[in-house]
Parts: sequence; structure tokens; C-alpha cells
Amino acid sequence: MLSLRHKDIVCQQAVELVTDYLEGALSRRDRRRFEAHLRACPNCTAYVEQIRITILLAGAIDAEDLTPKAREELRDLYRGWRRE
Amino acid sequence: MAGNYAVNGRPEGAGFLLRWRPTLRAVDADVEMLALLRDGDEEAFVSLVSRYQQPMLRLARSFVPSQAVAEEAVQDTWLGMVRGIERFEGRSSFKTWLFRILVNRARSAGTREHPAAPTEPLHAVDPARFNDQGQWADPVDRWIEESEQRLDAAAWSPVLKAALEDLPPRQRQVVLLRDVEGLSNEEACAVLGISVGNQRVLLHRGRSQLREILESKMGKR
Repeated sequence: MLSLRHKDIVCQQAVELVTDYLEGALSRRDRRRFEAHLRACPNCTAYVEQIRITILLAGAIDAEDLTPKAREELRDLYRGWRRE
Repeated sequence: MAGNYAVNGRPEGAGFLLRWRPTLRAVDADVEMLALLRDGDEEAFVSLVSRYQQPMLRLARSFVPSQAVAEEAVQDTWLGMVRGIERFEGRSSFKTWLFRILVNRARSAGTREHPAAPTEPLHAVDPARFNDQGQWADPVDRWIEESEQRLDAAAWSPVLKAALEDLPPRQRQVVLLRDVEGLSNEEACAVLGISVGNQRVLLHRGRSQLREILESKMGKR
């Protein structure tokens, strides 16, 4: 984890803190600094937004439907296991 | 700007553009389902297979060298589930339990994990994007302001899938469990047997890389 010695953080540091921030893993002091940076920096605000959208899109990946053939094969396997 | 954000919250304004996936709890096997499985109910098994076969294959694939081996690991997992369901005590969610069986099977089926894969990028963002003071050299795009079309989740699904496959295996595993399957950080750590800190580093790198790939495609649409 990046430790922040100086009061202000720069963009290049901020992007490395985004996951810790979203996970609630920053210390209170670091979170305050991170949020202060976001308030002052439209670019990093847009970056955090991009990360959030990335997470949303990953969560919206559609699950391919099983083919009927695959489903029936697994059903047959299950019947076999039940008989054992 | 930053005032619009809450820790662990959703981006304001993006919600209506994206269909929110039901959370883990909503799709997890409930008490009734478990009872049916213990009774050997075939339809309960088939509905579970329909729900989890593809997510398990996707995860298994990150551990083993071929699709065929991944399919075997998943099949072994179903057998393990059928044999072990009597002993499942519900201390973890059913999904966590099932994925743990899978990870154990997949690991013993032949790992292709490299503890220190040299290709994993060390920076969330290419250092060339920043000036000497560590500030963004060029403005960062606001995706939210873009048209609804560009943020249509279904349209982005193939891009995300391909991007996930390009992630180094350990990053892919964490991103799949956390962001695709919606497990909590504790659950993902339990499934993979890794520390919270390690999980966070892998998640950070994985998400950063997915964002970068999305960014490169956003500009072209």
C-alpha cells in the first residue's frame, strides 16, 4: 500500500489508491487526502468514474446459456451418481 | 464532483444506463433448494447447473491449460457437490462453498499459475500519461457523459469477456469472483485461499487493466 507522507497527493499516486478507496481500506487520513484530491481534480474524478463503470460492466457480463446437449449430459451424469 | 461519491456506492447517473445484476444473495441457493438437492431432486440439480456451469468453467479455465481440463474440473466439482451436500452446513454461502470445491479441483488438475508473472503491469495507468509533476498530461474522458449506446452493458459484454481472458490468471480469478460473480472480499479470499491484502492488489491490477482496455475501445466507437 502506498503511504502518503506529503499533505497533497498527485494524480499518479491517486490512481494507485482507487481500489483501496473503493474497498474502504484507506486510513481515515489517506481517505481525506484522496477525497480532497478528487474534489480538486476533474481528471481523477473522471478516472474513478471510469473504474466504477468498468466494475458495473464486468458485473453485467451475460452468462452464456448452456446448450441443451450439455445440460442433458450433466443430467445423465447426475442420474449415474445417484444410482451409485 | 467528489461529493457525489460514497465509499462503495454506485456512480450517480450511471445506474439508469446499466441494468444492475442481481446480487449474490438473490441468486444463491436458498434453504429450499438445498433441501431439494439433499433429496436428490434432479430438477434442482439441473437448475444449479444452468446457473453455475459457465461461471465455473470461466474460473476453472484460469487455473488449467485447456478447456477440456477445465470441463473435467467442473464435472468433478458437481460430483463433489453431490457427495458433499449432506455435510454442507451453510457457514459460508453455497456459492462460496461450490467455488472452493472448484478451485481445489482445478488446482490439483494442473495449475498454470506463476507466482510472479513478469507480464503483470506495476502501474494502474501507463506512466507516460502523466507529466513531470505526476498530473494527467491530457484530460480524462468522462464516460458517463457519453451516449447511452456506448454504455449499453450487453453491447460491452463481448469486450469485457475478451479483456478478462487477457488478464493474468490470478488477477482474472479475483476479478471474476468479485466483479463478475459479486462475491464479497472475504468470500473471494476464502475461495482462493489468499490474504485480503493480496486480493486487493490483484483486484487493483485487474480492474486497472480492464479499464485501460475499455478506454482503448471507447475511443473507437
